[in-house]
Amino acid sequence: MVVKVYGPHCASTKRVLVCLLEKEVEFEVVPVDLTKGEHKDPEFLKLQPFGVVPVIQDGDYTLYESRAIMRFYADKYRSQGIELLGRTAEERGVVEQWLEVEAHNFHPPAYDLAVHVLFAPLFGITPDPKLIEESEAKLLKVLDVYEERLSKSKYLGGDFFSLADISHLPFLDYIVNKMNKGYLIKERKHVSGWWDDISSRPSWKKIIQLYPPPV
Amino acid sequence: MTATQNQSTDKKYLDTKMVVKVYGPTYASPKRVLACLIEKEIEFETVDVDLFKGEHKEPEFLKLQPFGSVPVIQDGDYTLYESRAIIRYLAEKYKEQGTELLGKTIEEKGLVEQWLEVEAHNFHPPLYNLVINILFAPLMGAPSDQKVIEESDKKLEKVLDVYEERLSNSKYLAGDFFSLADLSHLPFGHYLVNQTGRGNLVRERKHVSAWWDDISNRPSWKKVLQQYKYPV
Repeated sequence: MVVKVYGPHCASTKRVLVCLLEKEVEFEVVPVDLTKGEHKDPEFLKLQPFGVVPVIQDGDYTLYESRAIMRFYADKYRSQGIELLGRTAEERGVVEQWLEVEAHNFHPPAYDLAVHVLFAPLFGITPDPKLIEESEAKLLKVLDVYEERLSKSKYLGGDFFSLADISHLPFLDYIVNKMNKGYLIKERKHVSGWWDDISSRPSWKKIIQLYPPPV
Repeated sequence: MTATQNQSTDKKYLDTKMVVKVYGPTYASPKRVLACLIEKEIEFETVDVDLFKGEHKEPEFLKLQPFGSVPVIQDGDYTLYESRAIIRYLAEKYKEQGTELLGKTIEEKGLVEQWLEVEAHNFHPPLYNLVINILFAPLMGAPSDQKVIEESDKKLEKVLDVYEERLSNSKYLAGDFFSLADLSHLPFGHYLVNQTGRGNLVRERKHVSAWWDDISNRPSWKKVLQQYKYPV
């Protein structure tokens, strides 16, 4: 029974794919074409009622929300591959904290930037310059906190790589490599060093090569 | 971690009562943590933080929580922030006591995580916008954004339709058991049902309504409401 992962070309799905590679879990992918509205087809909505990717099928077990899927596999395959949850309850708590920071502080402005700078034509919306400006300003403040954290800690969760770092890969890739906003990262010495480290991992390089984003 | 090692060998450490400190109990997000602490039968004390006076932006507070938000907890010399991270930490660490909040199997836990994420990304954002624009903007003398209110109403209705479908097949969000996923909805759900003038969004949906009555009548939640008044 190989895990089926829907929507590999999309950013959020890449969180799951990197996690599966790090945990040495076999998987196959099922492309979902967002430009054709396949994520709003009745068949897809039976799997994921909010009409977004990713969703996974593991035998007759279905799960959605990329950060939930990562946590599930990091837990289920605790004894194989890379440890992605820290070694103790306290270390895991810090991993959870930075996963939440990514979800609530980093992701919203990064997502708005990606939509308005990269995907506006794809989604048929008009880019909003005010929103782009505000999102960048928010992101700057967030990355200042990251700079402080990463000046004291090699990775976000501590001295170990974890789900909290993985969670940032897909949208940081858009920022650094696709939007000409790499300066946001490069201007911050420790954030920059951390980005170079996590984006050089074989798991990330493999995923980005196999499933290039639609830009 | 040294603290964990000491606990078994240092009797003096064992005799010292380590009580979890929770900052900002009057506000919504910290109430996730309070409800969880009560469900898990963990002793705690609270420290007030006055957001209206800007205490959350003071240098002393920013040392604890660099984004300037509540809650943050201190458990001995361990500090943690983000309410949904704190409740996961507590539910895991104190797994052997109180209510089981993570399901019984890894698959059940996965579903708890899924619905925690749904709450965070689908339920919370539009509801938060409604609370800010309807309840807090007038308090702060700031303008309410009608467009945001309208868009948020539409988004929330769509989300609650999915919840209605789910809860017609399942007593609680993750399955037939109460979990962190349900608990996470209590603090802002309280605003929605009682104070935004949109209680109908819940009441018009038979299964969402029954689920809300069930979870909001839990003794833990009633205790939180009784002891830590909301700012509005």
